[in-house]
Amino acid sequence: MAEPASVAAESLAGSRARAARTVLGQVVLPGEELLLPEQEDAEGPGGAVERPLSLNARACSRVRVVCGPGLRRCGDRLLVTKCGRLRHKEPGSGSGGGVYWVDSQQKRYVPVKGDHVIGIVTAKSGDIFKVDVGGSEPASLSYLSFEGATKRNRPNVQVGDLIYGQFVVANKDMEPEMVCIDSCGRANGMGVIGQDGLLFKVTLGLIRKLLAPDCEIIQEVGKLYPLEIVFGMNGRIWVKAKTIQQTLILANILEACEHMTSDQRKQIFSRLAES
Amino acid sequence: MEEETHTDAKIRAENGTGSSPRGPGRSLRHFACEQNLLSRPDGSASFLQGDTSVLAGVYGPAEVKVSKEIFNKATLEVILRPKIGLPGVAEKSRERLIRNTCEAVVLGTLHPRTSITVVPQVVSDAGSLLACCLNAACMALVDAGVPMRALFCGVACALDSDGTLVLDPTSKQEKEARAVLTFALDSVERKLLMSSTKGLYSDTELQQYLAAAQAASRHVFRFYRESLQRRYSKS
Repeated sequence: MAEPASVAAESLAGSRARAARTVLGQVVLPGEELLLPEQEDAEGPGGAVERPLSLNARACSRVRVVCGPGLRRCGDRLLVTKCGRLRHKEPGSGSGGGVYWVDSQQKRYVPVKGDHVIGIVTAKSGDIFKVDVGGSEPASLSYLSFEGATKRNRPNVQVGDLIYGQFVVANKDMEPEMVCIDSCGRANGMGVIGQDGLLFKVTLGLIRKLLAPDCEIIQEVGKLYPLEIVFGMNGRIWVKAKTIQQTLILANILEACEHMTSDQRKQIFSRLAES
Repeated sequence: MEEETHTDAKIRAENGTGSSPRGPGRSLRHFACEQNLLSRPDGSASFLQGDTSVLAGVYGPAEVKVSKEIFNKATLEVILRPKIGLPGVAEKSRERLIRNTCEAVVLGTLHPRTSITVVPQVVSDAGSLLACCLNAACMALVDAGVPMRALFCGVACALDSDGTLVLDPTSKQEKEARAVLTFALDSVERKLLMSSTKGLYSDTELQQYLAAAQAASRHVFRFYRESLQRRYSKS
């Protein structure tokens, strides 16, 4: 039967690896394999190309490419594990092939070392607070990890308080640990978040968009009302304005930002500025 | 955000011309898929095949009970909810099939001691239910951002009394068939991940049906790709 043979040929053709450079900016699906730049020559028309062995001490031509979220190393290729757009960032200086990653839309947060997040204190056991950060496990926060905290001078943290901190330990095998001081021992904006205000949840993609260097949304929101805002990389935003009504308006705008185009957003802002 | 993609996924047998939408038995029914429709789960998708419709939600990687945790990989749970009544033994057996398929594809080692829960809810059943559940589960896992090593799809086929193969059978065709087979295939090399069969068929017939299912899965994967490209093109 001719069909199985032709089916086999097509299926193999579909799964041939593509060069990462040609796929930049396009949507990639889990299961696709990507070739890194220096391998493209080897994978050329002939398939297995014979190279003359060089006997002089030439520097290795391999570049170091960093494999970001959504990609896994599979032999000497990259395997895509999440659906999204493939992005690449050139290295700032020096050697290296830059970073490749997949820009995917997700709601669930997975703790990553160095991320600043907003957590809610859920329990106080001995010297450690258990903080819910939206991941699979609550993170632990020691009472000494606040600015100016000593054994005699304990920080004033109650169950239910909001904490803005960063992860110092976050990997798949251990319980995540967070602190509210930076490496110099200063708070730098971290710690217990004050009274009032509103905490709400958005997708992780929106947070990254809002925290990008020239985000118009934040500039426009700042012109509307004076406000205090805290972004957590775990998808949580805390916002506080002078009155409750203004706070709710800001929360609704930020939640709706994800689905609006920039024109619709400008319309809404101009309408609010008038009223 | 709702993203709807409708595609007419049809394949024709070499010699059939068939003017009606369901030609000489080798065409798949009309597909539709919608992602991110539920606000609570981390990922959700609704998959329609003709009149069969399944809505799947995925929660994870989330907390897991200490009794169920596995030290080096994620605990995958599937809870299949029938349209009416309480879940029974048939649902339990389908849950196991879906779970085995998902476990082969999800990279559980990246999230040890967590749980990933897939909850397919049957909205309407008009044949090929297991295949539709598998497709909805795959789309929901992609929507939730669970790391996977490949995509998978479900293809059902029925063999009627005169030996002709019908892909994506309706409930009437399933009842009158002498064998009903459901295959789960992965997207990288169209390998077989799971098969669930009922009825009477021979060895060679099994190979033929598997080949036909592999050919049909091309269309399903192309539909997945179009649907996901459409979703990301809006952002």
